[in-house]
Amino acid sequence: MEMNEIQKRLIAEVADLHDVPMGAYNFRANGKLAGRNTTANIDIQTKTEGSGIDIRIKDNTRNESVHIPVVLSDSGYKEVVYNDFYIGENCDVVIVAGCGIDNCGNQDSQHDGIHRFYVGKNSKVKYVEKHFGSGTGTGKRILNPGTEVYLQDNSVMEMEMVQIKGVDNTNRQTTAKLNKGAKLVVRERLLTHDNQQAVSGYTVTLDGEGSTADIVSRSVAKEKSYQKFEVKLTGNNRCSGHTECDSIIMDEGKILAIPSLEANNIDAALIHEAAIGKIAGEQLIKLMTLGLTEHEAEEHIINGFLK
Amino acid sequence: MLELKNISFDVMVNGQKKEILKNLNIKFDNNKFIVITGPNGSGKSTLAKIIAGIVIPTQGQILFDETDITDKSITDRAKSGIGYAFQQPVKFKGLQVYDLLKIASKGTLSLEQACNYLSKVGLCAGEYIRREVNGSLSGGELKRIEIATILAKQSKLSVFDEPEAGIDLWSFQNLTKIFNSMRQNINNGTIVVISHQERILEIADEILVLADGKITMQGSRDEILPKILGTESAVTTCAKLN
Repeated sequence: MEMNEIQKRLIAEVADLHDVPMGAYNFRANGKLAGRNTTANIDIQTKTEGSGIDIRIKDNTRNESVHIPVVLSDSGYKEVVYNDFYIGENCDVVIVAGCGIDNCGNQDSQHDGIHRFYVGKNSKVKYVEKHFGSGTGTGKRILNPGTEVYLQDNSVMEMEMVQIKGVDNTNRQTTAKLNKGAKLVVRERLLTHDNQQAVSGYTVTLDGEGSTADIVSRSVAKEKSYQKFEVKLTGNNRCSGHTECDSIIMDEGKILAIPSLEANNIDAALIHEAAIGKIAGEQLIKLMTLGLTEHEAEEHIINGFLK
Repeated sequence: MLELKNISFDVMVNGQKKEILKNLNIKFDNNKFIVITGPNGSGKSTLAKIIAGIVIPTQGQILFDETDITDKSITDRAKSGIGYAFQQPVKFKGLQVYDLLKIASKGTLSLEQACNYLSKVGLCAGEYIRREVNGSLSGGELKRIEIATILAKQSKLSVFDEPEAGIDLWSFQNLTKIFNSMRQNINNGTIVVISHQERILEIADEILVLADGKITMQGSRDEILPKILGTESAVTTCAKLN
């Protein structure tokens, strides 16, 4: 696997990887394949048409993982990539994606990754996606992930979506459709600073009887950054859904939260909670009485909030 | 250890000056367990907050180990050895019990030591150490965690504002044990507890009665306790519940 130091550092940030991982992986650096491994149960193929890969996971694959990190370190590089995951029945797998951009130049760098997940019956998928930007150039670091999730009967998808630092502009759109007994859990963590803009949208349709969704977003908008969180939950059957948007604003940050619930069945139970506010003064005081400065107290509160 | 000189605190209510504390002079010595008691609204909590630096007195001077700390920040006072347990413990989203105990002990606390502090306040450590300090904890649980943070901080002077508030009768038995053990292990420090509870007053070396912003009685437990038993300053747990 050939990668330079910057690329290795980005990989460590987005995939917690310091070495080649166990199991299946596909590393993409500046639009080129930098390393790939397949296993007996997990196959990865480059798409014959368009850009991206197809990941096929056989029925009954359990306790295996797939890592597909992407790094961009050439300033001005822009790409749109389609990655499709076909997960068989009765699987239990972990998928780690993520994109790191280092932009030291003056041209915008952009990665638009479209991920589609087709999760088979009774399968369980844990999906971790981290986004990170670094570099001192004036060129922007732009990430626009699109995620589509199709959950077959009694399948479970847990998604951990994290963007903590350095991404100037992001528009992340996630849609999910749930069949009978399927379950979707989303934990989003977002921090924006400087003049960054982040839009996060979820459109979740609970079609199947007994399907459930739990979407929780925690975010912090610092300095002059802007965030928009929009979630639309539709219940078309006996189902239950919960969404929560909990945000801290600091400095001159701005946050817009738009929850929407649509129940098309008498047994659809949908809940939304939203709260936006600055750090509570008493939280700062409590930590200051334990010896932290106000600034240190703020950091601890935010780190805890986004953990 | 701690000396309050001519401390007053006024607030404006509907354009009128209201005196919360009136020219208080108090000296807290080393190696003492002191209970401040008195009716509601007498200024006890304000006094505790003035010691911690959360409330700035309108006038007066505060000396801690002979250093003037009147103008010192909350952080500086905490660093110099003052601990303060809130009457209403603060809730945090995301911060875990272990995080809070680590911050209290300046970040060097092992998991085992942290669990020890939780055990001391009667919490099953394994069950609580990774819990978030949020609204999912009951009032009594939060209160015990609050006390654990003060134990972990190991201050020369620890001030507890009504530790019994919000604690059920069952837990209260435990609480008195905790304070008894703190008294045993005082180690040349000073513990100041604001309380109405007879059982806490019974542990005191000294009792101070505050009423209407002034000290009305001050002295050893044996001297003061008989005078205030049966008054609002000292109630038995059952009387308080009734």
